[in-house]
Amino acid sequence: MYAALIILPLIGAAVTWLIPFDRLRPKVLSLFTFAHLGITIQMLSFTPPQSPGGWFCLDALGKIVLLSTSVLFLFCALYSIGYLFYRRERSNRVLCCGLLVCLSAASMVTITHHLGLMWVALETTTISMAPMIYFNRNARSIEATWKYLLICSVGVALALIGLYFLAYATIVARVEPSLLLDDLIRDAGKLSSGWVHAAFVFLLIGFGTKMGLAPLHTWKPDAYGEAPGLVGALLSGGLVNLAFLALLRIYQLSLATKEIMFFQNALVVMGLISMIVAAIFMARQADFKRMLAYSSVEHVGIMAVALGLGGKAIFGALFHILANGLSKGVMFLSSGNIHRSYNSKSTDHVRGALRRLPWSGGLFLAGFIAITGSPPFAPFISEFTIVSSAFIQGRMLVGAIFLISLMIIFIGMALTVLPMVMGEVPADSETTSYRDTIYTVGPPLALLLLVFLLGVWIPAPLMTLLNEASALLGVPQ
Amino acid sequence: MITLADQLLVLVLLINFISLGTSRLMFSIRAVAAQGVILGILPGLIHPFSWHLVAITVVILAVKGVIIPMMLGRAVRSAEIKREVEPFLGYVPTLLLGAVFTALSFGFAGRLPMLAEHQNYMFVPASIATLMTGFLVLTTRRKAISQVIGYLVLDNGIFIFGLLLTEAMPVMVEAGALLDLLVGTFVMGIVINQISREFSSLDTSLLTSLKEE
Repeated sequence: MYAALIILPLIGAAVTWLIPFDRLRPKVLSLFTFAHLGITIQMLSFTPPQSPGGWFCLDALGKIVLLSTSVLFLFCALYSIGYLFYRRERSNRVLCCGLLVCLSAASMVTITHHLGLMWVALETTTISMAPMIYFNRNARSIEATWKYLLICSVGVALALIGLYFLAYATIVARVEPSLLLDDLIRDAGKLSSGWVHAAFVFLLIGFGTKMGLAPLHTWKPDAYGEAPGLVGALLSGGLVNLAFLALLRIYQLSLATKEIMFFQNALVVMGLISMIVAAIFMARQADFKRMLAYSSVEHVGIMAVALGLGGKAIFGALFHILANGLSKGVMFLSSGNIHRSYNSKSTDHVRGALRRLPWSGGLFLAGFIAITGSPPFAPFISEFTIVSSAFIQGRMLVGAIFLISLMIIFIGMALTVLPMVMGEVPADSETTSYRDTIYTVGPPLALLLLVFLLGVWIPAPLMTLLNEASALLGVPQ
Repeated sequence: MITLADQLLVLVLLINFISLGTSRLMFSIRAVAAQGVILGILPGLIHPFSWHLVAITVVILAVKGVIIPMMLGRAVRSAEIKREVEPFLGYVPTLLLGAVFTALSFGFAGRLPMLAEHQNYMFVPASIATLMTGFLVLTTRRKAISQVIGYLVLDNGIFIFGLLLTEAMPVMVEAGALLDLLVGTFVMGIVINQISREFSSLDTSLLTSLKEE
């Protein structure tokens, strides 16, 4: 089962590479992502036993991230059928093949308990996304790709030295040398605190860079701004969650050591800085894709704060993996449609999207309402859980900064989004061949329905999954 | 054999200073290649002979000593640039900083508990000093190629630390990390080509169209 999850997308990558027709490739891509979701659901309902040696083990944390990643990839693949039709001028071979390689590596991150292997898979997702950010082949996208590739590679390399420190700590402590999560947790009490402390610093910086926590977020606005909408959706809804899963693994480990207080405090501080930075840069943002990037900085900040707070907030953090991932899908895919239609991503040119593109404009507006944490959408539940848990724990200052940032972000984002969708289309607006079709509107619409559904009703199996996952992170049941 | 390993590590540290002090890109690339070759030899000096070890040595020599330097060399030639000009921080200050970082890493390593067998050898300080050097090159240089060289030096630093961990790191994972490095450098090489085509220069300080107004 584990092998199927990884090998199937790789077969798909080979097939899409060999197909000579640009029109056929996105359909094959969708077929493979559909099959991947099928296997995912199968594995979620009948969890396969741990593989011999303990390298592969699908636990509740992995399940949540795997589910959100698989769903997002499927809808992005379906969207690509419609989107790439409008980008017929260039070959989509690298894009389709890269997406499947990335899906394979992403699955690996979610199912492995070997931290070294997880690192390799995480770095693979970073590299495989780089050519897609460069899809538009212009000076701006090169700049974005360069910053993304260099900053993320260096960041992830720092995480590797953190893992090496952990492994060395096991050698110094004369326990079984290992980077298997279960071994590390078992022996955590015996590890030398000097090495473990140094390891956590590097791991936090490394995975924090990949996740885009401020002040390590500088690549994010450029990469999200220049990448095609569907790549932005996968970066902000998929890759971010994988990096967060890596942090969750380290958190699991830190629970067993004396470093937990340090790790929690660092997470809260970095999370709050991310939210404040997002609030500052979101205001008067004239480029709506960059605005979405800062929204992503905000939401990784929310997840980090929640993890740092611990207790009930952990539930919020885990639910936010799904809520944020799916809402980001809605926003990026619909913003991609608007970008295509106006041939501009500046709010100076984009006006009256609701008139010109009732579906995409409406989805963008609804996505904005969802992502800023308004009921009845899913992010409301997670954000409410987190902020109420902050106040219950007596962390008044954290709760206050959290709420004020959310408020400023809501206003800042509204000042960009509302003029875009409301009003009249400018008379001098460029006319393009883009029209809303079932392929470009259907996937974000389906994602929005999921975000809505999760906002009003959490299915019982999902609830069990979230509770199991919180238990793994030390929340008493 | 361990004393020889230690002497080679001194050589690695010296090469760090070469990469900090030189402005000629080809020379820098050769220095990193030499560092890669040393890293390829090191495992053979600290572990008993096995075919497995031979395979590892060959792969490291090929990737770090030959393939990656060749890819970078080709990028330099096709971009027709020879020198790093006007780094953000001059050569003398970076060399001094490099010396300070090297001293600090010896201090850092001294404060952490180490296995008795490793106590007298330089793996840990050499690793951290090399990592810091890479970081320094990465942040002070303007040319895209210099930044990739910095990334490679940083990675070499991590690799030295990895030599202490052969029991904990399965070969699969080591191989995966090396493959990631190779593919990553390959992609960086392609991006460098595109930068030089688009901007007629490899100066990353020209990459400034994306920022907040």
